[in-house]
Amino acid sequence: MDNLEIYKGGVPVMDVLNRWYEEFKLEGYGAMIPFIGIVRPDNEIEGLSFDLYLPLLSEWFKKWQNLPDVKITMAHSFGDVMVGETSFLCGIFTKHRREGFKYLEEFVEDFKANAPIWKYDLKNGKRIFASDRAKELPQAGILKKG
Amino acid sequence: MVKVEFLGPIQIDKKEFDVKSVRELKDELYKIPELEDWLISCAIAVNDKIINTLDTPLKDGDKVVLLPPVCGG
Repeated sequence: MDNLEIYKGGVPVMDVLNRWYEEFKLEGYGAMIPFIGIVRPDNEIEGLSFDLYLPLLSEWFKKWQNLPDVKITMAHSFGDVMVGETSFLCGIFTKHRREGFKYLEEFVEDFKANAPIWKYDLKNGKRIFASDRAKELPQAGILKKG
Repeated sequence: MVKVEFLGPIQIDKKEFDVKSVRELKDELYKIPELEDWLISCAIAVNDKIINTLDTPLKDGDKVVLLPPVCGG
């Protein structure tokens, strides 16, 4: 899908944002709101690492395409992304800023709840699943016992 | 055979099962000790569509994935 980009390692933020800006600046959008997710040096991690499942990620992202009043672009990493690098980038294009901020919040919330991506801490050379930050998908629980 | 893939942090290789429904598959999955802690928190997709019922039929060649809790961004 054109507006969903996947990178091995950190997303090349400025190159991608520049390309999105150049591509859409003459399409009538008065606001471009970028969100740049930077890997923080929390808990002495060296970085984060990601797995993703592209077939369902693309399917999820389709819901956010072809909306009449917004264009949404997104880039995400797989593999290792070190502290200070960017693993998630999105661009919200709307006519005015207000609906853009609303869409940004809704889109990122939906992304956090539903995008099939798994995060790991990179610490002391190990890759440790970030279970404390992971959330069950809304459709989870179908395999409960009984 | 139905191909089953365990995504993300579940450290189990792909497996094949001779089952006719997700309900039958569930019984087989509970026989794998390393999976027990994951099963209740997983969602399931059949041929890349997330399903809501154990009655979902499965046929030869179907692809099932188990999706553990997610955390993107």
